[in-house]
Amino acid sequence: MLDALGSLLQGFEIALTWHNLLLMMLGIVLGVLIGVLPGLGGANGVAILLPLTFSMSPTSAIIMLSCIYWGALFGGAITSVLFNIPGEPWSVATTFDGHPLAKKGRAGEALTAAFTGSFFGAFVAIILITFMSPLIAKFALQFGPPEFFAVYLLAFCSFVGMSKASPFKTITSMMLGFALACVGLDSVSGNLRLTFGSNELMRGFDFLVAVIGLFGIGEILLSMEEKLSFHGGSAKLNPKVVLQTWAELPRYWVTALRSAIIGCWMGVTPGGATPASFMSYGLAKRFSRNGNNFGKGEVEGVFAPEIAAHAAGTSAMLPMLTLGIPGSPTAAVLLGGLLIWGLQPGPMLFIEQKDFVWGFIASLYISNLVGLIVVLTTVPLFAAILRIPFTVIAPIIIVICAIGAFTVANAYFDIMLMLLFGAIGYVFKKLDYPLAPLVLALVLGKSAEAAFRQAMITGDGNLLVFFSNPLVATITMLAIVMLLWPLITNAIATLRGPPNVAGVAKGE
Amino acid sequence: MTHRGVDMVVAILIIALGGLVMYDSYQVGIGWESGPQSGYFPFYIGMLMTLASVVTVVQATVGGSTETFVDWPSFRRVLTVFVPAALFVAAIPYIGIYVAGALFIAAFMTFVGKYQVWKGLAVGAALSVVFFLIFQKWFLIQLPIGPLERALGY
Repeated sequence: MLDALGSLLQGFEIALTWHNLLLMMLGIVLGVLIGVLPGLGGANGVAILLPLTFSMSPTSAIIMLSCIYWGALFGGAITSVLFNIPGEPWSVATTFDGHPLAKKGRAGEALTAAFTGSFFGAFVAIILITFMSPLIAKFALQFGPPEFFAVYLLAFCSFVGMSKASPFKTITSMMLGFALACVGLDSVSGNLRLTFGSNELMRGFDFLVAVIGLFGIGEILLSMEEKLSFHGGSAKLNPKVVLQTWAELPRYWVTALRSAIIGCWMGVTPGGATPASFMSYGLAKRFSRNGNNFGKGEVEGVFAPEIAAHAAGTSAMLPMLTLGIPGSPTAAVLLGGLLIWGLQPGPMLFIEQKDFVWGFIASLYISNLVGLIVVLTTVPLFAAILRIPFTVIAPIIIVICAIGAFTVANAYFDIMLMLLFGAIGYVFKKLDYPLAPLVLALVLGKSAEAAFRQAMITGDGNLLVFFSNPLVATITMLAIVMLLWPLITNAIATLRGPPNVAGVAKGE
Repeated sequence: MTHRGVDMVVAILIIALGGLVMYDSYQVGIGWESGPQSGYFPFYIGMLMTLASVVTVVQATVGGSTETFVDWPSFRRVLTVFVPAALFVAAIPYIGIYVAGALFIAAFMTFVGKYQVWKGLAVGAALSVVFFLIFQKWFLIQLPIGPLERALGY
C-alpha cells in the first residue's frame, strides 16, 4: 500500500506540469462540448481526437484523452438536466429528477448535484484504481495465454449475459466485431484473410473508423429520425446556489457511498456504467426518506445516478490498465490508443512503464478536480451552444467526423467506410443489436485471437487447456456462468414459484 | 416494411456474411499445422455468427414485432441527412474536404434549415477556414485538398 502511495507521488510530479495542466483544461472543455452535442459523445469524441494526439508524448496524450472522456461524462449531465436529453446512455437516470428540477427553475441545484456527484464517484473510483491496480497487476503476472483468453472470454460472456438485448443479437454483434478484426494480415502467419483481393481491405478495419461511423454518424441519423429539438430550461449557475447545494449534499452520504460502491463494482465488469446508474437510482429511491418524491425533482435523485455512472466510467479503466480488458466502449478506444503508442496494457505496463502509468493515475485526481471547476464555471456557455439549431450542428458534426475518420490512416476509403458504418449503426440501433460488443470485439479481436492460438498450441489443440489449472478453470467457469446468467436467474425464479399475491396486496 | 421484416432481412444478410467468412477461412486453412492455421479462428467466428442469426430469423418469424420499421416521414428526415452526407463524401476527392465541407454545411442550412443562402454560405465558409487553420496550419495534418487550395499555393 505504501508502495502505491510512493508511486502515486512520483506520478504527481510527472503529471503536474504546466503543459499537462493546459492539456487537461483543453481536454475537459473539448470533452464537455463533445458530451453535450449529439452525435459526438464519449467513445466517438475520443476516437476522433485520438489521431491528433499522435504528436504528443503518450503520457500527455492519454491525460488529454481521459480529460476528454471526463468532460463527456460531465457534458452528458448538462443535456440531461437542461434539455431532458441524455447525452450518454448512463445519463438517462439523471433526467428522471434532473429535468423536473430544471423545469421548476432549480437547474442550478440539479447541475451542482450532478457535477459534485460525478466528482465524488470518480474520486472513489480513482482511489480504488490507485490501490487495486498494482495488486491486480502483480496477480496478473501469473497469467499465461490460457488465463488471458479466459479473462477475455469472461468479459465477452458478461456482455452477453448482462445485456438487455437478445443474447443472440449480442453474440452476432460480437462475432461481427471479431470478423472485422480478422480482416487483413494475420499477424502470426502473415497470411491475408478475408480481403477478397482488395488492397484497401488489406489494411484491415480500424476500430476508430468503426466507432466514428457507428456511434457518430449513426447517432445523427437516429436524431434526425426522431426529430430532436432542444427546448431547455435556463441555466444560470451562481455561486450562492452552488454553495447552498453543497451544504445540502452531505446529508445524502449513505446514498453517496452506496452509489459509489455500485458504480465501482459494475464499472469493473464490462457494460457497467448504464446499469450502475439505474441500479443506484432505484436503490436510492427505495431507501431514501424522500423516496416518494423521486421523479418530481429530488436533488438526491440526481446525486445518486451521477455518482454511480462516474464511478463506473472511471473504474472501467482499472481492468483496462491492469489486464488489457476495457469495461466500456470509450475505455476500448483508449485501449486502442495505448496499443497504437506501443504500450501494452496489462501487468507488464506497471513494470516497464511505471512513469506512464502513475503519471496517468495521478493526472486522474487532478483532472477530476479541474473538471469540476471548469464545468461549474462554463455551464451557461454550453447551454447556449445547445440552442444552436440542429440543422446547423448536424452538418458540422458530420464534417468533423469525416475529418476524424480520414486522419486515422490518411485514407479516403475510411471516410466511405464511416458512412457505411453509420448506416449500419442506425439500422442496428433500431433493431436492438447492441453496438458495444461489436466495438469491444473489434478492439480486442487480435489480442484475443493471439491468446487463443497460443493457448491452443500449449494445449496441443485440446480445448481442455482452459481447465488445465485452478486459476484458468475458475475464470472459464465464471465466464460460462455469466453467459448463462439469464437462464440461471429464470430457473431460480421459476423454482421459487409465483409470488404470494395476497401478501403483496396487504403489505403494500 | 415491418420491424420483423427488416429484422429477418438483416439476419439473413448476416448469415450470408457468416457463410462468406467461413468459406474464405476454409480456403486459407482451418486445420492444424504445429498450431491453428490462419482460418481456424475466423471460421468458428463465422459459424457462431451464422448460427446466432439463424436463431434471430426464427425468433423474428415466430414472434417479431409487426410495427413498421420506420414511417416514411421519419425515414425521409434520415435521408435528408444521409444523402447530402454521401454527396459530401463523394465530392471530397474532387474538390477537397474543406470546400466540400463548406458547401455541405451551406446547402444543409439553406435547404433543410431554411436559412437564407448567404447565411449558410457564410457559416460554411467561416467554419472551413477555421478547420483549415486548425488542421493544416496548427496540427500540420494534410487533409484531402482540391483545386482551390492548390491554386492558393498549398
